[in-house]
This record gives sequence, structure tokens and C-alpha cells, in this order.
Amino acid sequence: MKELKQVKTIAQPTLKVTAEKGCGECQTSCQSACKTSCTVANQECENIRRR
Amino acid sequence: MIHCYQFREHNIVIDVNSGAIHLVSDLMYQLLSDPTTVFHFPKEDVAEATEEIKALAEAGMLFTDDEQITTEMLEDRGAVIKAMCLHVAHDCNMACRYCFGDTGAFDGPRSLLSLETGKQAIDFLLAHSGTRRNLEIDFFGGEPLLNFDVVKALVAYGREAEKSYGKNIRFTITTNGLLLDDKKSEFINETMDNVILSIDGRKDVNDKMRLTPGGKGTYDVVVNNFQRFAAKRKGTYYVRGTFTADNLDFAEDVRHLASLGFQNISVEPVVTDSSKSYALREEHLPRIFQEYDALADQYLDAALRGEPFSFFHFRIDLTQGPCVVKRVSGCGAGTEYVAVTPEGDLYPCHQFVGNPEFLLGNVKDPVFENRLYDRFNRAHIYIKDECRDCWAKFYCSGGCHANAYHSNDDLLKPYHLGCETERKRLECAIGIQAVLATQA
Repeated sequence: MKELKQVKTIAQPTLKVTAEKGCGECQTSCQSACKTSCTVANQECENIRRR
Repeated sequence: MIHCYQFREHNIVIDVNSGAIHLVSDLMYQLLSDPTTVFHFPKEDVAEATEEIKALAEAGMLFTDDEQITTEMLEDRGAVIKAMCLHVAHDCNMACRYCFGDTGAFDGPRSLLSLETGKQAIDFLLAHSGTRRNLEIDFFGGEPLLNFDVVKALVAYGREAEKSYGKNIRFTITTNGLLLDDKKSEFINETMDNVILSIDGRKDVNDKMRLTPGGKGTYDVVVNNFQRFAAKRKGTYYVRGTFTADNLDFAEDVRHLASLGFQNISVEPVVTDSSKSYALREEHLPRIFQEYDALADQYLDAALRGEPFSFFHFRIDLTQGPCVVKRVSGCGAGTEYVAVTPEGDLYPCHQFVGNPEFLLGNVKDPVFENRLYDRFNRAHIYIKDECRDCWAKFYCSGGCHANAYHSNDDLLKPYHLGCETERKRLECAIGIQAVLATQA
């Protein structure tokens, strides 16, 4: 893609390239700090192959 | 689907289905959010912006279709349990007014987990964990320090038992801090991967809600204990508070906790019956949003100055983060996450404990069949009507099952107030990253 003048992309399309069944090795979100709500996107991925 | 919003002076565009996030010019922002408003821009600039939008779409970074995951993939993952909330004490040395666990008893008898039942719970987790290597046990309550000898013995037991299964158990503990002396702190520091320290913030705010059974405030004792603990802590910890309608200025509580020297802070909206005077209501949303904006300013200032300050819900990794399967399926309650009572009873998570409708069985049962597995496994974002057209669905994963059930009596109908606050927190979290990206 040629250089864009009116756009700065700060996050690449991570959802697209990570389509897989999921290894399940990451932390369960509710165990981390909240216990009463649910933010999943701030969990770390632990799949070494994706890093 | 895209989501356009402004954060500080930045125009942010999220391509929901790919996860791409863009900072765009004023012209492109208007083109994407309301094309009828661009008539005053030069024609050649409009043409350029239009071409760039087309290029992004062709590159799979804008207006991307949602095609990553099929419902069949989600519903065919196999029943594996990897995380356990272990209620080592259904009793508490506090009587917090907003406690969702009936001040520790969870609507049942006050009791402590026996070592024998605790070992059976660990055996249950190991036996049902399939091919997962990393497992989690959170020592929870009530107040787990009331049963600390059992906690210590179970850590030792788990360390031995995990070897024969080739697993790695990560222990965490959630404590109110009243009994957190140096000896316990030392053990926790050595053995726990994460520690959650419960405190609400300013003394008057904390002591209005977090009381001893005799009605005394707990702030002074707890702050002292937590500061001593945090000073020696080498691993992860969070101070975790609750805000209610009584402290809608909760950014002040976060600031206060930071001023006490705590670096990792989480303050959560109260979960309670809507009839309570301190329950959060729709009319509070503008003020709650204002507070998250204030927290975002604080977070940005600290990040730009290189100071250690972390607000749990603003932590977000735009370069990687969890895979899309995780983002779709959520917290795992009732499928890969269970709560265990002192009697060994199994529930989908700690917030369902005590509700017979959600009793899954007992760790002592010779055979375990999760009768609610399908019900929870199918409670994902492609099934929930409210999630289908929501831009935040890949960040919140459909929200908390317990909140949905308790507010709407329906696992598939998300808690509206929770959705509103979550969307605001996410806009702040992504906005912070956008600002930091422009500074890099």
C-alpha cells in the first residue's frame, strides 16, 4: 500500500491474522483484578507462536 | 463495521472486525462519520481521502467483514477447566455494606475449607484440565487469610500434584488485608503470581463501606498492612476498590491510592441490587464518564513522564493482545472457569455461588458432567443481540455473565450500565495508546 497522507495506523489488523482455535494458555480474565466485570482485551497472549 | 470517536484532539477510527486502529485527518474523520459535512474541504483533498479509504478497505484495514470465527468453532472447543476460584473461607472479618457475597457467607452457613476438600478441589482441576499446561487457582472468600494454614498447605500440595500432571499452577489471592502481617506477606510474596488487595480509596469513602462486623472503619489498619506488603512485593499485585453512587468522584480515590505508593490500581463499579441507595444508575453515567476522562489524563501524564502508574482497565495491548477466540468467548465462567465452595460445591463463577440454579456438582463426585456447559459456552458475542452491532465486542467479549443474569435474569442480555461504562473505558484506553503513538 502506498504511503497515506491522511491516516496514521496505530494498530495493525491483529484479529484477522490470529484466526485460530485458541491455545487457551492465557490467564482467565476475571482472575486478574476485576472479579465483577469483564475486560478481555487487556489480557496477555501466552501463545509463543504468535509473538 | 467501524467506530469513529474523538479523544483529546485526535480523530480515532476503529475497524471493528480486523482490530486495526487509525488516527485520521479531520477531513477523513468527517468523511467516515458524516460525509454530508465535507463540502467545505477542497475537492482534491476529498478525492485523496476517498482514495485512501478505498486503499485501507482493500488492505483489510477498514470496513472488514467479520469472518474469523464460526459459531461451530466456538461450540466445539472441548470441556476443559483451567481456572478455579477457591473459596477457602465462607466467613469474613469485615462486613462490607456492598458485599455481593452476603458478608462472606454467600447465603449459606459460615464455614472454612478443610484441607481434605481443598486437595480434592486441586485434584479436580488437574484431572479436568485436558491439555492446558497453565492453570490458575485464586484463593478467595470471604476472607482467605482466616484460613491461611489451609492456603499454605494447599500451595505445597498443588506444587507437588502439578508435577505428575506436567502442569504449572499459578496461585493468586484476594484479601481485605486486616490479617496481612509480615509473616503472611512473606509467604504470599514467595508463592503467589498475583495478589489482589481490597481497598476503596480515601479514608472516608473506604470506611463508609468497608467496616468490621462491629461497625468500625478498616482504612487505617489496611493501608498500613498494604503499604508494608507492596514495599516488599516483587511480583504483580493490584489494589482493587469499588466505587458506588456515594463516591462518583472515584478518580479522586484512584489518585489517593496512587499517592499512598500503590502502582497498580483497579477501581470497579459496584455490583448490587438496584434498590440500594448506593447502586449505580443510568443518570450517573455522565459523571462516571467524566471521571474516566480524568483518569485518562492522569494515566497519560504519568506515562509521558515515565512514572509508574497503572489503571487496570486502561491497560491494553494494541500490538497483540488475546487471540480472536478468546475475545469472542469471554471470561470462561461455567466452561473453563469454576468456583468451589468450602463444601466442595462447584459453580460457574464466584458470583453465582449459592444459587441452586447454577450448582454444577461437587469436587467429590466420582464423575463430573457440567450440565450448564452448553448454556455458558453458547453465551458468546455472536448469540447476544446487543453485542452483534456493538463496536466494543472484541474488547469486552460480551461482558460479565453474572452481571447479565443478575440485572436481566438472562445470560444473553448484557448489563446495560456495564456496557456503557466498558465502552467509555475502552475509548479512553485506546485513546491513551493513540496519544502515546503520536509521541513516539
